[in-house]
Amino acid sequence: MKVMAQMSMVMNLDKCIGCHTCSVTCKQAWTNRTGVEYVWFNNVETRPGIGYPRGYEDQEKWKGGWERTKRGRLKLKAGGRFSKIAHIFSNPKLPEIQDYYEPWTYEYDMLLNSPASANIPVAKPKSLLTGDDMAIKWSANWDDNLGGSQETASADPILQHMSEHVAMEFEQTFMFYLPRICEHCLNPSCVASCPSGAMYKRVEDGIVLVDQDACRGWRMCVSGCPYKKVYFNHKTGKAEKCTLCYPRLEVGLPTVCSETCVGRLRYLGLVLYDADRVAAAASVENEHDLLEAQRDVFLDPHDPAVIAAARAEGIPEDWIDAAQRSPIHKLIQEYRVALPLHPEYRTMPMVWYIPPLSPVVDVVADSGADGEDVRNLFAAIDKLRIPMEYLAGLFTAGDVDPVARSLKRLAAMRSYMRDVNLSETRNEHIAEAVDMTGAKIEEMYRLLAIAKYDDRYVIPTAHVEQARELEEIACSLDYEGGPGMGGAGPFGSSSGQPVPVAVENFHVLKNRQTADRPSTPGRVNLLNWDGNGTPPTGMFPPKSSE
Amino acid sequence: MSPLDVLLWVAFPYAAFAVFVLGHIWRYRYDKFGWTTRSSQTYENRLLRWGSPMFHLGILFVLAGHVVGLLIPAEWLEAIGVDEHIYHIGATVLGSAAALLTIAGLIILIYRRRSIGPVFLATTRMDKTMYVFLGATILFGTVATVMYQVLGPGYEYRGTVSPWLRSLIFLQPEPELMAGVPLAFQLHVLCATALFALWPFTRLVHVFSAPVGYFFRPYIVYRSRDAGRSNRPTRRGWEPVATPQDAKKAAKARR
Repeated sequence: MKVMAQMSMVMNLDKCIGCHTCSVTCKQAWTNRTGVEYVWFNNVETRPGIGYPRGYEDQEKWKGGWERTKRGRLKLKAGGRFSKIAHIFSNPKLPEIQDYYEPWTYEYDMLLNSPASANIPVAKPKSLLTGDDMAIKWSANWDDNLGGSQETASADPILQHMSEHVAMEFEQTFMFYLPRICEHCLNPSCVASCPSGAMYKRVEDGIVLVDQDACRGWRMCVSGCPYKKVYFNHKTGKAEKCTLCYPRLEVGLPTVCSETCVGRLRYLGLVLYDADRVAAAASVENEHDLLEAQRDVFLDPHDPAVIAAARAEGIPEDWIDAAQRSPIHKLIQEYRVALPLHPEYRTMPMVWYIPPLSPVVDVVADSGADGEDVRNLFAAIDKLRIPMEYLAGLFTAGDVDPVARSLKRLAAMRSYMRDVNLSETRNEHIAEAVDMTGAKIEEMYRLLAIAKYDDRYVIPTAHVEQARELEEIACSLDYEGGPGMGGAGPFGSSSGQPVPVAVENFHVLKNRQTADRPSTPGRVNLLNWDGNGTPPTGMFPPKSSE
Repeated sequence: MSPLDVLLWVAFPYAAFAVFVLGHIWRYRYDKFGWTTRSSQTYENRLLRWGSPMFHLGILFVLAGHVVGLLIPAEWLEAIGVDEHIYHIGATVLGSAAALLTIAGLIILIYRRRSIGPVFLATTRMDKTMYVFLGATILFGTVATVMYQVLGPGYEYRGTVSPWLRSLIFLQPEPELMAGVPLAFQLHVLCATALFALWPFTRLVHVFSAPVGYFFRPYIVYRSRDAGRSNRPTRRGWEPVATPQDAKKAAKARR
């Protein structure tokens, strides 16, 4: 047994209202730079929908992730080492920028500096790639709220497994939002695809990162990731991806997307797992067994044998403690309501989702029945074949049972707590129907519905003795060398040593605060704000008296 | 032997070689972040899909041909039964095929670079300079081959150019060998030498990133946070307490 700790996330889809605050704050913190204009480390998709980049889930086309060979071994779907090197001069499975969208800006000067004239000035959209006028035809969430999806949704790879008739019916009955970040997989196919060995999984917390100094721009990681969550910075020629806001996590702050989530639907915490058993679990024969296999890889942080093994691996005491209090462990292993996104890619993803119950409740309520009655809800879950199959296509490789079990627990919680609130009666039979106890249900209710900040985010800090290395603690003054402190190197903006995240953000913030006029009106950097104290300048308009 | 001969065939190659080696060391130490292929495939794939493999495979064949023709003495090849006639036919046929592939690929790539808007905008001044020298080198090499090897009776460069290059390698330069070489060959050599001097300052550095290590490493790479990989160098005087041995080890890991 080799115990490793993994920082992971669970998102409660029932609470997602699709406001895109996570996407916007993430973009402002990480990808508001040239070269990554089209990049959203965090994006929110409306499902059914074709996602971002378009149709990324169609692995027959993109060949991301792993597949199991006849002899029971795992191999990269796009081909192993020899195939990768043979195709190194032209990556055959690389999405083009049009598969994401062509980034653009508007000619704001036309509005700001237009002289008085008879016609209202227009800010034309300009391509950020060519500078030419362009017609905007697609973007990261073009089909938001099913907009235009009568034309595009049929291209949803999940729906394509279902019939055309089903697709139409689905749109009328069911819609939900799916926020996505990098999965920080236990068996990451992007890391395996990197010819340079520049991508790695951090030993301490399992965060998957790109070493910007070692990346040589072969782009195999972009193709290798089935979630298409590694992006190519077309300016620097290097891969970039969601960092799980490691500079924040290291000092105990939640990621920017979690911190700013309006619905408070994100949970962050540790999971202990057995690294020796990952490969075997990822190569089980039946895709439907992958969910259980991955759960089996996770270790019980209360088991004395696990604790001893964790100590032997050098995992600090406060990390073991954090693993025991982890909301992730509770949601995945104890309440078993969270499910992984596309386990059939065999990468062992570590951002899990609690499937949405609200559409089921809506159907029951719309029919005039009591939407909080446990029997009505159970019957609806059993009967609503279309949404169940769609959710199963996302979360369980098509196996409806685990989705139904998860939704029934959510339904039971809903009914049970309604009775508690209305009449102070604790109907144990509701809890028993889903193999739980009333006490457990109330615990789960506390975590899911009350969702206190400290319950949602259990983040052990990196250790003080390592603090010298941490990015976030860095003061901009003690960084020296490299051209990053001002201007670009001799080979253009992509050259020279990388600037520490904290320094980069310090300068960005300073520039914004001291500029006469904001270069990009209304932009605020939230990376350095921990939610306490004065909000960053520009977040709210100035008071009228000022 | 004129001073110009010494300048062109001794001083210039050695200077270019020194710039090549030192330039790469300097670039690697100073600009690892800029060390990339600078791929433009996300902008355009239809032309690249053909042009890039054609050019790269072609130029690899060309490289192999140059190794055989320049570095291996003619006598060695004769010893294993490859006489002048066989060599000449082999070199001309294979060389022309490789040149055709390379030039066709290069034409596609240059056309793409000029005509596709985003690709053209992503082209730096250094890229353009490099293209001039790379194109000129390939052009003069092809002209020399066509003029002397394909249409002409065949020029025996293994009696002049090859020994000259080896004389440079063994630090016994013999510039007089190059003095009488036909102009097309001379220009090819000079352009190539200049290209080598430019090399470390262009995107051509990606040649030295050929991912050979990929065949020998495990698929999943793990790396520790405190392996000293932080991109923040320790300030002088602020090194943590450590034995001299540990400090050396940490410095090594950081590199």
